[in-house]
Amino acid sequence: MNDFLKNIFRIALFILIQVYVLNKIHLHRFIIPYLYYLPILWLSFSIPRAGLLFIGFVTGLTLDYFMMTPGLHAAACVLIAFVRPFVIGILTPKDSSEFNYREPSPRAMQWTPYVIYVFILTLLHHGYLVFLEWLSFGSFLGFIIKVAGTTAISMLLIITVELLFPRKLRFRTNTAA
Amino acid sequence: MRNIFLFLRRYRAFLVFIFLQVVSLWFLFSYNRFHRAKFLGIANEVTGRINAQYNTVEDFFSLKEENRKVHRYNDSLLNLLRRNFMMRDTSVETGNGLLPSDTGNKYRRYFLRPATVIYNTVTSQKNFIQINRGSSQGIKDNMAVISSDGSAVGVVINVSANFSQVMSLLHVQSTVSASLKKTGDLGTVEWDGKDPRYLIMKRVPKSADVKVGDAILTSPVSFNFPPGYMIGIVSDFKLDNTSGMYSLKLKTAANFYNLQQVHVIENLDYDEQVKLNQDTKRKIDDIKKTPR
Repeated sequence: MNDFLKNIFRIALFILIQVYVLNKIHLHRFIIPYLYYLPILWLSFSIPRAGLLFIGFVTGLTLDYFMMTPGLHAAACVLIAFVRPFVIGILTPKDSSEFNYREPSPRAMQWTPYVIYVFILTLLHHGYLVFLEWLSFGSFLGFIIKVAGTTAISMLLIITVELLFPRKLRFRTNTAA
Repeated sequence: MRNIFLFLRRYRAFLVFIFLQVVSLWFLFSYNRFHRAKFLGIANEVTGRINAQYNTVEDFFSLKEENRKVHRYNDSLLNLLRRNFMMRDTSVETGNGLLPSDTGNKYRRYFLRPATVIYNTVTSQKNFIQINRGSSQGIKDNMAVISSDGSAVGVVINVSANFSQVMSLLHVQSTVSASLKKTGDLGTVEWDGKDPRYLIMKRVPKSADVKVGDAILTSPVSFNFPPGYMIGIVSDFKLDNTSGMYSLKLKTAANFYNLQQVHVIENLDYDEQVKLNQDTKRKIDDIKKTPR
Protein backbone atom coordinates (compact mmCIF):
# COMPACT_ATOMS: atom_id res chain seq x y z
CA MET A 1 0.00 0.00 0.00
CA ASN A 2 1.03 3.53 -0.68
CA ASP A 3 2.68 5.13 2.39
CA PHE A 4 0.47 8.19 2.18
CA LEU A 5 -2.77 6.20 2.09
CA LYS A 6 -1.52 3.87 4.79
CA ASN A 7 -0.83 6.75 7.17
CA ILE A 8 -4.19 8.42 6.51
CA PHE A 9 -5.89 5.09 7.19
CA ARG A 10 -3.92 4.60 10.40
CA ILE A 11 -4.65 8.09 11.72
CA ALA A 12 -8.37 7.81 10.93
CA LEU A 13 -8.54 4.39 12.60
CA PHE A 14 -6.78 5.55 15.74
CA ILE A 15 -8.94 8.67 16.05
CA LEU A 16 -12.12 6.59 15.73
CA ILE A 17 -10.79 4.17 18.37
CA GLN A 18 -9.95 7.13 20.60
CA VAL A 19 -13.35 8.78 20.24
CA TYR A 20 -15.62 5.73 20.33
CA VAL A 21 -13.74 3.26 22.52
CA LEU A 22 -11.15 4.86 24.77
CA ASN A 23 -13.11 8.03 25.61
CA LYS A 24 -16.02 5.85 26.65
CA ILE A 25 -13.97 3.99 29.25
CA HIS A 26 -14.54 5.52 32.66
CA LEU A 27 -11.46 4.25 34.48
CA HIS A 28 -11.12 7.07 36.93
CA ARG A 29 -11.99 10.74 36.87
CA PHE A 30 -8.35 11.71 36.35
CA ILE A 31 -7.50 9.21 33.65
CA ILE A 32 -8.37 9.13 29.97
CA PRO A 33 -6.47 6.42 28.09
CA TYR A 34 -4.91 8.22 25.11
CA LEU A 35 -3.67 6.29 22.11
CA TYR A 36 -4.56 8.44 19.10
CA TYR A 37 -1.09 9.99 18.70
CA LEU A 38 0.62 6.63 18.08
CA PRO A 39 0.48 6.96 14.24
CA ILE A 40 2.61 10.14 14.60
CA LEU A 41 5.25 8.09 16.41
CA TRP A 42 5.06 5.49 13.63
CA LEU A 43 5.67 7.88 10.72
CA SER A 44 8.67 7.16 8.54
CA PHE A 45 12.16 8.25 9.65
CA SER A 46 12.69 10.14 6.41
CA ILE A 47 9.61 12.37 6.52
CA PRO A 48 10.40 16.14 6.17
CA ARG A 49 10.12 17.99 9.47
CA ALA A 50 7.62 20.58 8.25
CA GLY A 51 5.41 17.79 6.89
CA LEU A 52 5.63 16.00 10.22
CA LEU A 53 4.43 19.13 12.01
CA PHE A 54 1.46 19.55 9.66
CA ILE A 55 0.45 15.89 10.06
CA GLY A 56 0.57 16.34 13.83
CA PHE A 57 -1.53 19.49 13.61
CA VAL A 58 -4.21 17.88 11.42
CA THR A 59 -4.36 14.73 13.60
CA GLY A 60 -4.78 16.76 16.77
CA LEU A 61 -7.35 19.11 15.25
CA THR A 62 -9.46 16.22 13.94
CA LEU A 63 -9.68 14.76 17.43
CA ASP A 64 -10.36 18.24 18.81
CA TYR A 65 -13.47 18.64 16.71
CA PHE A 66 -14.84 15.39 18.08
CA MET A 67 -14.11 16.42 21.65
CA MET A 68 -15.14 20.08 21.29
CA THR A 69 -11.77 21.42 22.38
CA PRO A 70 -10.39 23.21 19.27
CA GLY A 71 -6.61 23.58 19.49
CA LEU A 72 -5.95 21.57 22.65
CA HIS A 73 -4.82 18.25 21.19
CA ALA A 74 -3.50 20.00 18.09
CA ALA A 75 -1.04 21.96 20.23
CA ALA A 76 0.14 18.81 22.03
CA CYS A 77 0.55 16.87 18.76
CA VAL A 78 2.51 19.68 17.12
CA LEU A 79 4.82 19.67 20.14
CA ILE A 80 5.59 15.94 19.92
CA ALA A 81 5.94 16.15 16.14
CA PHE A 82 8.55 18.87 16.67
CA VAL A 83 10.47 17.00 19.36
CA ARG A 84 10.35 13.60 17.63
CA PRO A 85 13.41 14.01 15.33
CA PHE A 86 15.58 15.14 18.28
CA VAL A 87 14.58 12.14 20.39
CA ILE A 88 15.25 9.76 17.50
CA GLY A 89 18.58 11.49 16.93
CA ILE A 90 19.62 10.92 20.55
CA LEU A 91 18.42 7.33 20.82
CA THR A 92 19.77 5.92 17.57
CA PRO A 93 23.27 5.78 16.09
CA LYS A 94 24.33 8.99 14.40
CA ASP A 95 25.16 7.30 11.13
CA SER A 96 21.84 7.25 9.31
CA SER A 97 22.88 4.22 7.25
CA GLU A 98 22.30 2.25 10.43
CA PHE A 99 18.54 2.54 9.90
CA ASN A 100 17.60 -0.74 8.35
CA TYR A 101 13.90 -0.13 8.63
CA ARG A 102 11.75 2.72 7.42
CA GLU A 103 9.79 3.57 10.55
CA PRO A 104 10.30 3.47 14.34
CA SER A 105 9.34 0.15 15.89
CA PRO A 106 10.70 -2.19 18.57
CA ARG A 107 12.42 -4.20 15.86
CA ALA A 108 13.95 -1.23 14.10
CA MET A 109 15.29 0.46 17.26
CA GLN A 110 15.53 -2.37 19.83
CA TRP A 111 13.03 -2.55 22.65
CA THR A 112 14.75 -0.32 25.23
CA PRO A 113 15.42 2.70 22.99
CA TYR A 114 11.95 2.34 21.48
CA VAL A 115 10.22 2.32 24.88
CA ILE A 116 12.28 5.33 25.98
CA TYR A 117 11.37 7.11 22.73
CA VAL A 118 7.66 6.41 23.26
CA PHE A 119 7.87 7.32 26.94
CA ILE A 120 9.51 10.73 26.38
CA LEU A 121 6.99 11.73 23.72
CA THR A 122 4.04 10.39 25.72
CA LEU A 123 5.12 12.31 28.80
CA LEU A 124 5.57 15.51 26.76
CA HIS A 125 2.21 15.07 25.05
CA HIS A 126 0.28 14.46 28.26
CA GLY A 127 2.22 17.02 30.24
CA TYR A 128 1.48 19.76 27.72
CA LEU A 129 -2.12 18.66 27.22
CA VAL A 130 -2.95 18.55 30.91
CA PHE A 131 -1.03 21.78 31.48
CA LEU A 132 -3.19 23.59 28.89
CA GLU A 133 -6.35 21.99 30.23
CA TRP A 134 -5.59 23.01 33.80
CA LEU A 135 -4.29 26.51 33.01
CA SER A 136 -7.76 27.89 33.41
CA PHE A 137 -8.68 25.50 36.16
CA GLY A 138 -7.09 23.20 38.72
CA SER A 139 -4.43 22.55 41.32
CA PHE A 140 -0.78 21.52 41.09
CA LEU A 141 -1.16 18.16 42.82
CA GLY A 142 -4.05 17.24 40.53
CA PHE A 143 -1.87 18.18 37.56
CA ILE A 144 0.95 15.82 38.63
CA ILE A 145 -1.42 12.93 39.37
CA LYS A 146 -3.21 13.33 36.06
CA VAL A 147 0.02 13.43 34.02
CA ALA A 148 1.42 10.38 35.82
CA GLY A 149 -1.82 8.42 35.55
CA THR A 150 -2.51 9.11 31.87
CA THR A 151 1.14 8.48 30.94
CA ALA A 152 1.18 5.12 32.72
CA ILE A 153 -2.04 3.94 31.09
CA SER A 154 -0.93 5.17 27.63
CA MET A 155 2.42 3.36 27.92
CA LEU A 156 0.58 0.18 28.88
CA LEU A 157 -1.72 0.53 25.86
CA ILE A 158 1.09 1.28 23.42
CA ILE A 159 3.22 -1.65 24.57
CA THR A 160 0.17 -3.92 24.33
CA VAL A 161 -0.49 -2.68 20.80
CA GLU A 162 3.14 -3.31 19.82
CA LEU A 163 3.05 -6.86 21.21
CA LEU A 164 -0.35 -7.80 19.80
CA PHE A 165 -0.07 -6.21 16.37
CA PRO A 166 3.54 -6.29 15.22
CA ARG A 167 3.78 -4.28 12.01
CA LYS A 168 5.20 -5.88 8.92
CA LEU A 169 8.24 -3.75 8.31
CA ARG A 170 9.89 -3.20 5.00
CA PHE A 171 13.62 -2.83 4.73
CA ARG A 172 14.94 0.44 3.48
CA THR A 173 16.56 -0.15 0.12
CA ASN A 174 19.27 1.91 -1.46
CA THR A 175 18.11 1.47 -5.00
CA ALA A 176 14.68 3.03 -5.42
CA ALA A 177 13.27 5.89 -3.46
CA MET B 1 19.04 40.18 3.22
CA ARG B 2 20.85 36.99 2.37
CA ASN B 3 21.32 36.31 6.04
CA ILE B 4 17.60 36.60 6.63
CA PHE B 5 16.92 34.00 3.96
CA LEU B 6 19.62 31.75 5.39
CA PHE B 7 18.07 32.15 8.82
CA LEU B 8 14.59 31.33 7.50
CA ARG B 9 15.94 28.27 5.70
CA ARG B 10 17.92 27.03 8.61
CA TYR B 11 15.14 27.39 11.19
CA ARG B 12 12.28 26.55 8.86
CA ALA B 13 11.04 23.62 10.98
CA PHE B 14 11.22 25.70 14.13
CA LEU B 15 9.28 28.56 12.55
CA VAL B 16 6.59 26.17 11.29
CA PHE B 17 6.42 24.75 14.82
CA ILE B 18 5.94 28.18 16.37
CA PHE B 19 3.33 29.08 13.75
CA LEU B 20 1.28 25.93 14.34
CA GLN B 21 1.52 26.33 18.12
CA VAL B 22 0.23 29.89 17.86
CA VAL B 23 -2.65 28.76 15.62
CA SER B 24 -3.58 25.95 18.05
CA LEU B 25 -3.42 28.16 21.10
CA TRP B 26 -5.39 30.85 19.31
CA PHE B 27 -8.12 28.27 18.55
CA LEU B 28 -8.02 27.13 22.16
CA PHE B 29 -8.20 30.50 23.86
CA SER B 30 -10.54 32.21 21.41
CA TYR B 31 -12.94 29.35 22.15
CA ASN B 32 -14.62 31.41 24.79
CA ARG B 33 -17.66 31.03 26.95
CA PHE B 34 -19.96 31.39 24.00
CA HIS B 35 -18.15 28.77 21.97
CA ARG B 36 -18.08 30.40 18.59
CA ALA B 37 -14.97 28.58 17.46
CA LYS B 38 -13.64 28.72 13.94
CA PHE B 39 -15.20 26.23 11.50
CA LEU B 40 -17.19 24.73 14.33
CA GLY B 41 -20.45 24.77 12.41
CA ILE B 42 -19.10 22.60 9.59
CA ALA B 43 -17.15 20.33 11.91
CA ASN B 44 -20.24 19.89 14.05
CA GLU B 45 -22.22 18.72 11.03
CA VAL B 46 -19.51 16.18 10.04
CA THR B 47 -18.82 14.76 13.51
CA GLY B 48 -22.60 14.73 14.06
CA ARG B 49 -23.16 12.39 11.12
CA ILE B 50 -20.44 9.98 12.31
CA ASN B 51 -21.72 10.11 15.89
CA ALA B 52 -25.27 9.36 14.70
CA GLN B 53 -24.02 6.20 12.97
CA TYR B 54 -22.17 5.05 16.06
CA ASN B 55 -25.14 5.77 18.26
CA THR B 56 -27.43 3.39 16.38
CA VAL B 57 -25.12 0.61 17.58
CA GLU B 58 -24.74 1.88 21.14
CA ASP B 59 -28.49 2.43 21.59
CA PHE B 60 -29.13 -1.26 21.22
CA PHE B 61 -27.27 -2.15 24.40
CA SER B 62 -29.17 0.15 26.73
CA LEU B 63 -32.71 -0.27 25.45
CA LYS B 64 -33.94 -2.02 28.54
CA GLU B 65 -32.70 0.60 30.98
CA GLU B 66 -34.12 3.35 28.79
CA ASN B 67 -37.52 1.67 28.53
CA ARG B 68 -37.75 1.48 32.27
CA LYS B 69 -37.00 5.18 32.58
CA VAL B 70 -39.53 6.17 29.92
CA HIS B 71 -42.16 4.07 31.56
CA ARG B 72 -41.49 5.66 34.94
CA TYR B 73 -41.61 9.15 33.52
CA ASN B 74 -44.82 8.47 31.59
CA ASP B 75 -46.30 7.26 34.80
CA SER B 76 -45.45 10.47 36.60
CA LEU B 77 -46.87 12.51 33.71
CA LEU B 78 -50.16 10.66 33.91
CA ASN B 79 -50.34 11.46 37.58
CA LEU B 80 -49.74 15.08 36.83
CA LEU B 81 -52.58 15.16 34.30
CA ARG B 82 -55.12 13.70 36.66
CA ARG B 83 -54.15 16.12 39.38
CA ASN B 84 -54.49 19.06 37.04
CA PHE B 85 -57.89 17.97 35.92
CA MET B 86 -59.22 17.90 39.44
CA MET B 87 -57.91 21.26 40.51
CA ARG B 88 -58.33 23.08 37.29
CA ASP B 89 -58.11 26.68 38.40
CA THR B 90 -55.40 26.55 41.06
CA SER B 91 -51.78 27.54 40.74
CA VAL B 92 -50.71 23.90 40.38
CA GLU B 93 -50.84 24.46 36.65
CA THR B 94 -47.83 26.74 36.74
CA GLY B 95 -45.83 23.63 37.42
CA ASN B 96 -47.06 22.10 34.21
CA GLY B 97 -45.66 24.80 31.93
CA LEU B 98 -48.60 27.17 32.11
CA LEU B 99 -48.69 30.54 33.82
CA PRO B 100 -51.90 32.46 34.43
CA SER B 101 -51.76 35.79 32.60
CA ASP B 102 -53.48 39.00 33.61
CA THR B 103 -56.55 38.49 31.47
CA GLY B 104 -57.30 35.18 33.07
CA ASN B 105 -56.33 33.17 30.00
CA LYS B 106 -53.65 30.54 30.31
CA TYR B 107 -50.81 30.67 27.86
CA ARG B 108 -48.03 28.30 27.12
CA ARG B 109 -44.65 29.34 28.47
CA TYR B 110 -42.50 26.24 27.89
CA PHE B 111 -42.39 23.94 24.92
CA LEU B 112 -40.70 20.52 25.02
CA ARG B 113 -39.09 18.69 22.11
CA PRO B 114 -37.69 15.17 22.38
CA ALA B 115 -34.14 14.43 21.17
CA THR B 116 -31.60 11.62 21.28
CA VAL B 117 -28.09 11.94 22.67
CA ILE B 118 -25.54 10.92 20.05
CA TYR B 119 -22.30 11.79 21.79
CA ASN B 120 -21.51 12.38 25.44
CA THR B 121 -18.41 12.52 27.63
CA VAL B 122 -17.96 12.66 31.40
CA THR B 123 -14.18 12.31 31.68
CA SER B 124 -13.15 15.80 30.58
CA GLN B 125 -13.13 19.03 32.55
CA LYS B 126 -15.43 20.44 29.90
CA ASN B 127 -18.06 17.90 29.01
CA PHE B 128 -20.42 18.32 26.10
CA ILE B 129 -23.39 16.39 24.82
CA GLN B 130 -24.36 16.24 21.18
CA ILE B 131 -28.02 15.69 20.26
CA ASN B 132 -29.67 14.84 16.95
CA ARG B 133 -31.74 17.98 16.54
CA GLY B 134 -30.61 21.32 15.20
CA SER B 135 -31.87 24.67 14.00
CA SER B 136 -33.92 23.00 11.21
CA GLN B 137 -35.81 21.13 13.93
CA GLY B 138 -36.42 24.21 16.04
CA ILE B 139 -33.49 24.15 18.45
CA LYS B 140 -31.96 27.49 19.42
CA ASP B 141 -29.11 28.53 21.70
CA ASN B 142 -29.77 28.70 25.45
CA MET B 143 -32.57 26.16 25.53
CA ALA B 144 -32.60 23.91 28.60
CA VAL B 145 -32.11 20.16 28.31
CA ILE B 146 -33.56 17.57 30.72
CA SER B 147 -33.14 13.81 30.69
CA SER B 148 -35.98 11.38 30.05
CA ASP B 149 -36.61 10.95 33.78
CA GLY B 150 -37.00 14.69 34.27
CA SER B 151 -33.70 15.76 35.73
CA ALA B 152 -31.63 18.73 34.53
CA VAL B 153 -28.83 17.90 32.08
CA GLY B 154 -27.52 21.12 30.56
CA VAL B 155 -28.03 24.08 28.23
CA VAL B 156 -27.77 24.25 24.42
CA ILE B 157 -24.78 26.38 23.45
CA ASN B 158 -24.26 25.78 19.74
CA VAL B 159 -26.53 24.72 16.91
CA SER B 160 -25.93 23.51 13.37
CA ALA B 161 -28.61 22.58 10.83
CA ASN B 162 -29.29 19.08 12.18
CA PHE B 163 -27.31 18.76 15.43
CA SER B 164 -26.80 20.74 18.62
CA GLN B 165 -24.11 20.86 21.27
CA VAL B 166 -25.23 20.95 24.87
CA MET B 167 -23.01 22.21 27.67
CA SER B 168 -23.45 19.52 30.27
CA LEU B 169 -23.88 20.41 33.96
CA LEU B 170 -20.52 18.62 34.18
CA HIS B 171 -18.66 21.55 32.63
CA VAL B 172 -16.50 23.78 34.78
CA GLN B 173 -18.05 26.89 33.26
CA SER B 174 -21.65 25.75 33.66
CA THR B 175 -23.81 27.69 36.13
CA VAL B 176 -27.47 26.90 36.69
CA SER B 177 -29.78 28.65 39.11
CA ALA B 178 -31.33 26.25 41.62
CA SER B 179 -33.50 26.19 44.71
CA LEU B 180 -34.04 23.95 47.71
CA LYS B 181 -37.29 22.05 47.38
CA LYS B 182 -38.12 22.34 51.06
CA THR B 183 -37.51 26.03 51.75
CA GLY B 184 -37.19 27.59 48.30
CA ASP B 185 -33.81 29.18 49.08
CA LEU B 186 -31.91 30.01 45.92
CA GLY B 187 -28.34 29.14 44.96
CA THR B 188 -26.15 28.38 41.96
CA VAL B 189 -25.20 24.90 40.82
CA GLU B 190 -21.69 24.58 39.42
CA TRP B 191 -19.16 21.81 38.89
CA ASP B 192 -15.66 21.69 40.34
CA GLY B 193 -14.36 19.40 37.59
CA LYS B 194 -13.49 16.59 39.96
CA ASP B 195 -16.08 13.85 40.27
CA PRO B 196 -18.77 13.45 37.57
CA ARG B 197 -21.17 11.99 40.13
CA TYR B 198 -21.30 15.15 42.25
CA LEU B 199 -22.16 18.81 41.62
CA ILE B 200 -21.56 21.80 43.89
CA MET B 201 -24.28 24.26 44.90
CA LYS B 202 -22.95 27.60 46.09
CA ARG B 203 -24.32 30.77 47.66
CA VAL B 204 -27.06 29.13 49.71
CA PRO B 205 -27.90 31.53 52.60
CA LYS B 206 -26.97 30.52 56.12
CA SER B 207 -30.58 30.85 57.23
CA ALA B 208 -31.62 27.92 55.02
CA ASP B 209 -32.37 24.73 56.91
CA VAL B 210 -30.28 22.26 54.91
CA LYS B 211 -30.15 18.53 55.64
CA VAL B 212 -28.48 15.63 53.88
CA GLY B 213 -31.01 14.08 51.50
CA ASP B 214 -32.79 17.32 50.61
CA ALA B 215 -33.87 17.64 46.98
CA ILE B 216 -32.50 20.46 44.82
CA LEU B 217 -34.72 21.63 41.95
CA THR B 218 -34.33 24.06 39.06
CA SER B 219 -35.27 27.48 40.34
CA PRO B 220 -38.27 29.64 39.44
CA VAL B 221 -35.95 32.54 38.54
CA SER B 222 -34.05 30.84 35.72
CA PHE B 223 -34.45 32.04 32.14
CA ASN B 224 -33.83 28.66 30.52
CA PHE B 225 -35.05 26.00 32.96
CA PRO B 226 -38.69 25.72 33.98
CA PRO B 227 -39.01 25.47 37.76
CA GLY B 228 -39.28 22.15 39.54
CA TYR B 229 -37.03 19.81 37.58
CA MET B 230 -34.71 17.73 39.72
CA ILE B 231 -30.98 18.63 39.76
CA GLY B 232 -29.68 16.55 42.64
CA ILE B 233 -29.81 15.39 46.23
CA VAL B 234 -27.73 16.96 49.01
CA SER B 235 -25.06 14.48 50.07
CA ASP B 236 -22.86 16.79 52.12
CA PHE B 237 -22.78 20.46 53.12
CA LYS B 238 -20.43 22.83 54.84
CA LEU B 239 -20.50 26.45 55.91
CA ASP B 240 -18.03 28.70 54.12
CA ASN B 241 -16.74 30.97 56.90
CA THR B 242 -15.51 33.77 54.64
CA SER B 243 -18.79 34.32 52.81
CA GLY B 244 -21.11 33.02 55.53
CA MET B 245 -22.95 30.92 52.95
CA TYR B 246 -23.50 27.20 52.62
CA SER B 247 -21.71 25.19 49.97
CA LEU B 248 -23.61 21.97 49.21
CA LYS B 249 -22.37 18.80 47.55
CA LEU B 250 -25.07 17.28 45.35
CA LYS B 251 -25.45 13.79 43.98
CA THR B 252 -26.62 14.36 40.39
CA ALA B 253 -30.19 13.32 39.64
CA ALA B 254 -29.43 12.61 35.98
CA ASN B 255 -27.13 9.67 35.30
CA PHE B 256 -24.61 11.26 32.95
CA TYR B 257 -22.94 7.92 32.25
CA ASN B 258 -25.85 6.54 30.23
CA LEU B 259 -27.84 9.51 28.91
CA GLN B 260 -29.92 8.60 25.88
CA GLN B 261 -33.30 10.27 25.48
CA VAL B 262 -33.56 13.93 26.44
CA HIS B 263 -36.13 16.73 26.17
CA VAL B 264 -35.12 20.17 24.94
CA ILE B 265 -37.17 22.89 26.60
CA GLU B 266 -37.83 26.20 24.93
CA ASN B 267 -38.82 29.17 27.06
CA LEU B 268 -41.13 31.03 24.70
CA ASP B 269 -40.58 34.26 26.66
CA TYR B 270 -36.79 33.94 26.68
CA ASP B 271 -36.03 36.77 24.23
CA GLU B 272 -38.42 39.16 25.95
CA GLN B 273 -37.06 38.38 29.41
CA VAL B 274 -33.43 38.76 28.37
CA LYS B 275 -34.18 41.98 26.52
CA LEU B 276 -35.98 43.43 29.54
CA ASN B 277 -33.03 42.45 31.71
CA GLN B 278 -30.54 44.18 29.42
CA ASP B 279 -32.70 47.28 29.01
CA THR B 280 -32.99 47.60 32.77
CA LYS B 281 -29.24 47.38 33.18
CA ARG B 282 -28.70 50.02 30.51
CA LYS B 283 -31.30 52.29 32.10
CA ILE B 284 -29.66 52.06 35.51
CA ASP B 285 -26.27 52.79 33.99
CA ASP B 286 -27.72 55.89 32.30
CA ILE B 287 -29.18 57.11 35.57
CA LYS B 288 -25.82 56.67 37.28
CA LYS B 289 -24.07 58.67 34.58
CA THR B 290 -26.41 61.67 34.59
CA PRO B 291 -25.61 63.90 37.62
CA ARG B 292 -28.55 64.93 39.73
